[in-house]
Amino acid sequence: MSAVTLKDIVKRFGDFTAVHRMSMEIPEGSFVTLLGPSGCGKTTTLRMIAGLLDPSEGEISIKGRRVNDVPIHKRNLGIVFQNYALFPHKTVAENIAFGLKYRDVPKEEAKKRVAQALELVQLPDVGDRYPKQLSGGQQQRIALARAIVIEPDVLLLDEPLSALDANLREDMRVELKRIQHRIGITTVFVTHDQSEALAMSDRIVVMSQGRVEQAGAPEEVYNTPETEFVAQFLGSSNILEGTSNGASGDEVAIETAGFGLIAVPKSRAPKLNGSGPVKLVIRAEKLHLAKPETDPDGQIAVDGVVETVDYQGQAARYFVRVGDLQLQAINMIDDHPFNEGDTVSVRIRPRDCAALPEAR
Amino acid sequence: MSVEAREARQPWVLLSPALTAVLLLLFVPLAFIVVYSFWLRTATGADQAGFYLDNWNEALTDPFYRDILLNTLKIAGITTVVCALMGYPAAYFIARSKGNKVILLLLLMLPFWISYIIRTMSWINILGVSGAFNTALLSLGIISEPVQMLYNETTVILGLVHFLLPFMVLNVYVSLEGIDETLEDAACSLGATRWKSFLEITLPLSLPGLAAGGLLCFVLGAGTYITPLVLGGPTDAMFANLVFEAIITQLDWPLGSALSLMLLAVLGALVLIYNHYLGMAQLMKGLG
Repeated sequence: MSAVTLKDIVKRFGDFTAVHRMSMEIPEGSFVTLLGPSGCGKTTTLRMIAGLLDPSEGEISIKGRRVNDVPIHKRNLGIVFQNYALFPHKTVAENIAFGLKYRDVPKEEAKKRVAQALELVQLPDVGDRYPKQLSGGQQQRIALARAIVIEPDVLLLDEPLSALDANLREDMRVELKRIQHRIGITTVFVTHDQSEALAMSDRIVVMSQGRVEQAGAPEEVYNTPETEFVAQFLGSSNILEGTSNGASGDEVAIETAGFGLIAVPKSRAPKLNGSGPVKLVIRAEKLHLAKPETDPDGQIAVDGVVETVDYQGQAARYFVRVGDLQLQAINMIDDHPFNEGDTVSVRIRPRDCAALPEAR
Repeated sequence: MSVEAREARQPWVLLSPALTAVLLLLFVPLAFIVVYSFWLRTATGADQAGFYLDNWNEALTDPFYRDILLNTLKIAGITTVVCALMGYPAAYFIARSKGNKVILLLLLMLPFWISYIIRTMSWINILGVSGAFNTALLSLGIISEPVQMLYNETTVILGLVHFLLPFMVLNVYVSLEGIDETLEDAACSLGATRWKSFLEITLPLSLPGLAAGGLLCFVLGAGTYITPLVLGGPTDAMFANLVFEAIITQLDWPLGSALSLMLLAVLGALVLIYNHYLGMAQLMKGLG
């Protein structure tokens, strides 16, 4: 049984439709991320699951129970808000015990469970302090402890890491995933940060303008984008115009402007059928730059000129001109990076390309 | 002069006009009043300078003054409670309304554009014997004779509530504005109903604003003499009316000074108690 089911959910605000007919099943125990830019409907969707917004149409079920008319306080959900939403006039322990009070948990047991929750988020000694006396990262952990101590059916996380600074964010990412694994709770996570989504999720739902663009495992969504939006939003991609000559065997032959004929494996072009115009997606890190005199080793190689170098330490991002095309390449730096103005050999492997039909 | 020295001096330079005004217009006259309160009014009507405790003796021991002081505190207290009960929901509504806050706040400020005395006197046109209310009741045939509704304690409280309600609403509004709305969402997600989450989260967090509004209502209410003068009956005098009576009617400045210092001491003590528990910062927020 899936933990959360959305069926044909529509949310309208006046004339504006924030979510268009969305359906989704979230399996028990999984970590699902709603990913998209701001205004894509991801937070609206989360708030509808939470019961903070009513869907205009459609049905929401949690553990098989239709919850459209169940108010938020009876849905048994754990929510972590972007700004933590800790009660400033209550101590950390009182904050965590808040939900237990409404579940008629006896005092002694509540105390034990609060201590366990604090243990779980690795802050065993802060129970008597007030939220203001904690750092942002600590407040975040307390918000998480407060949400999970009530043993909710689903944990909803609304951009919980966005208020933290970069280093802390990465630590909390690992921490959050560890805790989720340990208690095995179904989690719906909302973020606009693709690296968070890729690192934490079992499944990513990429949204744009109120619609689901693609849903799948992180590698699937990253490696085989089904739409141009997904290709652009996750990582840095080069998108080439091309023409498909139709499939033959396991490959689809695609004629491109800059790289000539590329035989893309059929598994990398699942949405393609027949011939016609296509988009060819090549990840920036799959575009290899090499010195022109080296052996291409079976790769497709064309000559290009480095226009801009964005040095990043262990890697560099290059903007390269190949004929009329401007391409991006992110390469690890071996020895020292290429310089602006260098002529390089730009190389790709057909299996690193993904082909999409021309915009729907 | 070094930058540090200039920076250290700057607050005093900027404050000096205001400080001068406060010193000359508040503390100097206050000192006069303190001095006056120890003078004595002789049978001829002239004031005799000196150090006499007669006024203080009369003000502090005569049960007449004590009773009116207690009555004043009672009326101010009732007014404050009524303002809190009426003002809190209004403030909550404004704070949680989307979009048209500015208009609602403007409406709240609107009464301040009309003199407080005129606003007080407007009740005569509403509740007076030939006022709107009586006329309406007469023409509807509900009563056959005009009813005297004015000039009692209730109308004094009515007038004070009318005067002070905006102060309460503004103070509560400011503290509600500072409370994150997601706190209530969080409480609900943990199992509290909307009402319970209001009681457990929003209400306690807005108490400083309620207290600041309460203090303002109480102090301003207890110090007023116009409302009881205009809307009260002969027995509804409040303490400030006694001061007015002594100084303006009887020209007994020494006694009037002693009485006004007495009221100042009682209300000042209240402010000090408030300051001890809540601090002045909240009050400043509400006034700003």
